[in-house]
This record gives sequence, structure tokens and C-alpha cells, in this order.
Amino acid sequence: MVRYILKRFFMMILTIWIIATLTFVLMNAIPGSPFNEERTSNEAVQENLERHFNLDEPPIVQYFIYLKSIATLDFGPSIKKPNSTVNDLLGRGFPISAELGIIAILVALFSGIILGVLAALRHNGIIDYLAMTIAVLGISIPNFVLATLLIQQLAVNGGFFPVATWQSPMHMVLPTLALATGPMAIIARLTRSSMLEVLTQDYIKMARAKGLAPYKVVIKHALKNALMPVVTILGTLLAGILTGTFVIEKIFAIPGMGKYFVESINQRDYPVIMGTTVFYSAFLVFALFLVDIAYGLLDPRIKLHKEEGN
Amino acid sequence: MKKILEVNDLHITFSTYGGEIKAVRGVDFELHEGETLAIVGESGCGKSVTANSIMRLIPSPAGKIANGEIIFKGNDLAKESDKNMRKIRGVDISMIFQDPMTALNPTLTIGNQLTEGLRQHKNVSRKEAEQKALEMLDLVGIPNPEERLKQYPHQFSGGMRQRIVIAIALICEPDLLIADEPTTALDVTIQAQILELFETIQEETNVAIILITHDLGVVAKAADRIAVMYAGKIIESGTKYEVFYEPQHPYTQGLLNSIPRLDQKGEKLEPIDGTPPDLFSPPVGCPFTARCPHAMFVCEKVYPLRHEPSETHYADCWLYDERVHTPNLMNKKEETT
Ligand SMILES: Nc1ncnc2c1ncn2[C@@H]1O[C@H](COP(=O)(O)OP(=O)(O)OP(=O)(O)O)[C@@H](O)[C@H]1O
Ligand SMILES: [Mg+2]
Repeated sequence: MVRYILKRFFMMILTIWIIATLTFVLMNAIPGSPFNEERTSNEAVQENLERHFNLDEPPIVQYFIYLKSIATLDFGPSIKKPNSTVNDLLGRGFPISAELGIIAILVALFSGIILGVLAALRHNGIIDYLAMTIAVLGISIPNFVLATLLIQQLAVNGGFFPVATWQSPMHMVLPTLALATGPMAIIARLTRSSMLEVLTQDYIKMARAKGLAPYKVVIKHALKNALMPVVTILGTLLAGILTGTFVIEKIFAIPGMGKYFVESINQRDYPVIMGTTVFYSAFLVFALFLVDIAYGLLDPRIKLHKEEGN
Repeated sequence: MKKILEVNDLHITFSTYGGEIKAVRGVDFELHEGETLAIVGESGCGKSVTANSIMRLIPSPAGKIANGEIIFKGNDLAKESDKNMRKIRGVDISMIFQDPMTALNPTLTIGNQLTEGLRQHKNVSRKEAEQKALEMLDLVGIPNPEERLKQYPHQFSGGMRQRIVIAIALICEPDLLIADEPTTALDVTIQAQILELFETIQEETNVAIILITHDLGVVAKAADRIAVMYAGKIIESGTKYEVFYEPQHPYTQGLLNSIPRLDQKGEKLEPIDGTPPDLFSPPVGCPFTARCPHAMFVCEKVYPLRHEPSETHYADCWLYDERVHTPNLMNKKEETT
């Protein structure tokens, strides 16, 4: 187990390094610099600024300076927001993004699984058709369209919820809905089909033959097995929710990390681009690692470590 | 011997898109304490459906008991509520399935699967349940039961898993055990061991067993009485010796001729030609007519009256009716065509 975790940890570092390097290359390939839009800039000021941020060094030297900043987890000051360091921005944005992301993924998981299970239990019944209609809609409507629709119908016209920002639980409803519906639909469909398959298995019949209560048969015997495929796509869903937060934060003017990330790219704020990218990828890679561990815990047939045979 | 099960005129139908399948069409049998009844017959003749209906485990709403009684210890299970059925399943009647590789839940430990039925039905503590589970594993011959309780199904071989399935079925000490092809998926040596296990268990617990199989070797070894099913009906029934040595129905005779015998070397095996009838619209007469070497006019017109060579033995066949030998009335088919 320890060996496995160490190996995974090493792979995680490697992955993050590759992502960081690619980001650096791409970032240097975008034309423009943080300073060439400044109206008042004269040559001397610009040179001073560039020296200050090490932008006058050759790319390879910049690259190592940048790797060092990752290794020390200190991404330095933002170019465009002179009063904040990148770490400040991450510290401010991350809790909000995490809140949005976690609520969304929980909502997606719970409602998706419940919808999927109900649909499977009432196979070809009204609930099934209803659930699958919701699911198809959820999968086919992009989150930004849904977000706009929600704002227009429920906030502007209906007045039930605030239009934007992130202050109270009421503020959280619409962004969460917009972000969670797509993944929820995917989870619901997957849960339904895998549940339908599991319900035909012999061990379900055996559980019934034991005289277990129906809820026990469904939850203890069927659901646990039916959730295996859901766990495998959890990684992809996480990535989807993560990128979804960029868009949703932008639409609802939520001051999370996504907002800084998008802004930093537009403004060529190199340290912020690097910082947020590395942070996002580290987060995602770690989440995927957790998903793998969870899969191993859920399915005893998968061994995370070698064991003497039996 | 006390009678514990009596099935009378059981009819089971499945409604499908293609129409109504009459899977079981009037089955009667009874079973006593400590007795083993083997139900044999070709694939699709309704053995599993009959067995499942006793447990009331036929898939609803497609399948239903259209008619008949299943009297178990005085109650008609065909009319029992779902809630009461749950108190009977696993406690009074247990079931063993064909494939031990799929009958156990891969994500739960053996211990969990063994004890859950006990904990559901009997008011026992976890400790007591585990103690009982250990006893059961011991009874079915699993070494190191303490360690084994914590393991998962994939850590056991097929034969071991079937032993565990049997332990699960027996843990609440049922009066009736229904084993639907319990040895079909196992290799021959393991088969013999499992059959011996049944015998030991029956001696110790006096449980009645319904053994479903199409392997006549298994029947010869394990059964007391035999019911031969064909196209949803029991066409012959008797003690093991009666059915094996004095088979009355041409179908039973055909079945027995289609298996190899050590004492009759050189004799050719004869498979029964043809296929069973379609159960959407089963024939009104004897369903075996189309394949029967002795078929007569009357066979396809009227279902045979019961022929009873002994008190324990019967066969539904016209061959033994005196009247069919009266000329010009119901003479042999081939003579007139
Ligand atoms: N769920 C179902 N829906 C529709 N028809 C069914 C269903 N289950 C069984 N049947 C029908 O009932 C008939 C009897 O099936 P059953 O499973 O009892 O056969 P069997 O004697 O157990 O055969 P085998 O030896 O292959 O197990 C079959 O013809 C089948 O078509
Ligand atoms: Mg069967």
C-alpha cells in the first residue's frame, strides 16, 4: 500500500511538472506581454518592470525561476494586481471555488444517483421516462446556456433568487444548479443502466431469497455494485465541474479562482497564469488519486498492492 | 413423516409482447420432511419457474401464478402477502442457485452475507450470528472458518463458493431447501462432494429438498422420489426405483435411453428426436405426441388419463388405457395413415 502511494505520488509530481512545462511553453507562445497595453509606458519604465519580474532573462532562465517558484509554493507577486501576491489571490479565490465545486458535485452525485436508482426500480414506468427526459436535457444543454436561462427565468423574471454573486445560500442556488445539472444527468443515466444490469444478477435473487427487506436488497446489494462505473467516471466529472466553474463563475460574477484564471490569461499576468494552472492541475491530479483509492475500497477484487496469493 | 409441502394444480403464465407463455400448466406434487424430490426434464420445461414460484420469486408483473395452491405447512403461499413471504423466505424455505460464481455478492464479505439473513429474521446479536456462521462453515466443510469469514467471494474456488451458498441457505434452519441445478456448474468430483454434503445435512437437519436437475446421474445419487416434467406438466412421478426401473411414460423411457449405462455396453444411445412444443399455444392433448414413438390418434386430441401402476407411481399416458386397444376407436396412428 505504501509502495503504491509513493509510486502514485511520484507520478503526480511528474504529471504536474509536465503540465507546468506545457503551460510555460504555451504562455510564451501567446503574443503580447503584460505591459504592452499600458498607455503611459515609456521604454525605460517598461525595461525596469521587465527586470523586476525577470522578464528580461532568456526563456530558459525564466523557466527555472518559475520551476523554483512551484517547488517553493511561492508564485511571487501578480503583475497586474501589484498589491497582491499570487498566493493571496489563490487564498482568496480557492475557498469560494471549492465551495461552489463541492456543493455542485455533491448535488450532482446525490440527485443523479437517486434519479438513476428510481428510474431503474420503476423500469419503463413514468418515473423512468421522466428521469431519463431530465437526464437527456441535462446532458444536451450546455451549462452556460442553462445558467443564462436560470438567471432570466428564476432571477430576473421570477425574482426568486439573486441574479449574481456569492454571498448567501440563496445566491448559491442558481450557480450550483447550472453547474451540477450536466454531471447529474450523466450520473443518473449511468446509475440507471448499471443498476438495471445489477438487478438481474444472481446475487440479487439470492438476497431476495434470503427474505431481506426490499430497501436492503437495493441499497446494500444492488447499489454498491451499481456504483462502480459511477466511481470510474468521477474523475472525468470532477474535471468537468472544475472547468465548468470558470464559466459559471464568470457568468455569475463569483470571485473564485476561475475568475482570476480567466482574467490572468487575458491580461498576460504570467505569475497568476502559472500559479492557478499548477494549482488546478495539482488539485485535479490529487482528486483522481482519491477516486482510484475509493474504487479500490469499494471493489475488493481490485488490489492496490500485491498480496501473497490465496 | 410429516407432509410439509403440497402443490396443487399450479399454473404459471408470463405475459410477453408475443403473447402469454404458459410455462407451468397444472403441476401437483407433495413433499415430506427429510425427503428429496428430484424434478427432472429438458431445458425450458418449467422446472425453475416451478421452484421460483414456491418462493414467490417469479419476476412480476410479467409472471404470475394463474391458478393453484402451494400449501406449505398449512398456508397457501400463492395467496400470501409479500410481507409475510419475506418472513418465510430464507427462514422456512431457502434456495440455492445454479452458478456459485455469480450467486455471491462480490463486494460483501462472506461473513456479512452469511449473517445478514440471520440478523434480519432472528433476534440475534452480531456475536451470536458470527458464532452461528462459523458453525455453518464448519458444517459445509470450509477449513479455517474464522479467517474465511472476513474474505470476499473472489478468494474462494467454485466448489467452496457453492458450499458457502449452501451454508447461507441453511443458516436459519429451513424446513425446505430448493436447489436449482446446484451442481451443474461444478466439475464431477466437486459435484459428488456437494451431493454428499446434501446427504449429511439432510441426516442432521431433516430438511426436505427439492432438487432440480437434468442430470440423471445426480438424481440416481441423491433423490428419493422423481418428478419428470415436460412442457409445463409433470408427466410421470414415482420413487427413484420405480421411475428408473419401470419407467412408464415414453418420454421418461427416452430420457433414460439417452444416457450411457455401464451395464449395457455396446447398446446405442438414443437421443429423443424433435423439440418440445411451443408454450404460447401448448397442445390440448399429450404434449409429447409429436416426438412419441407410440403416438396414437387420441394422444393429440385428449390429455391422457392418469395411469397408476402403484400408490406412489403415476404416468400421464394413453398407452396403458385398455380402451385404446379397441379397434376402430382409437387405433394406432401408423396403421391408419
Ligand atoms: N421471466 C420470464 N419471462 C417470460 N418467460 C419466461 C420467464 N422465465 C421463464 N419463462 C418461460 O418459462 C419456461 C420455463 O422456463 P424455466 O426457466 O422454468 O425452464 P427450466 O426447466 O428451468 O429450464 P433449464 O433447464 O434451462 O433451467 C420457458 O419456456 C421460458 O420461456
Ligand atoms: Mg432452470
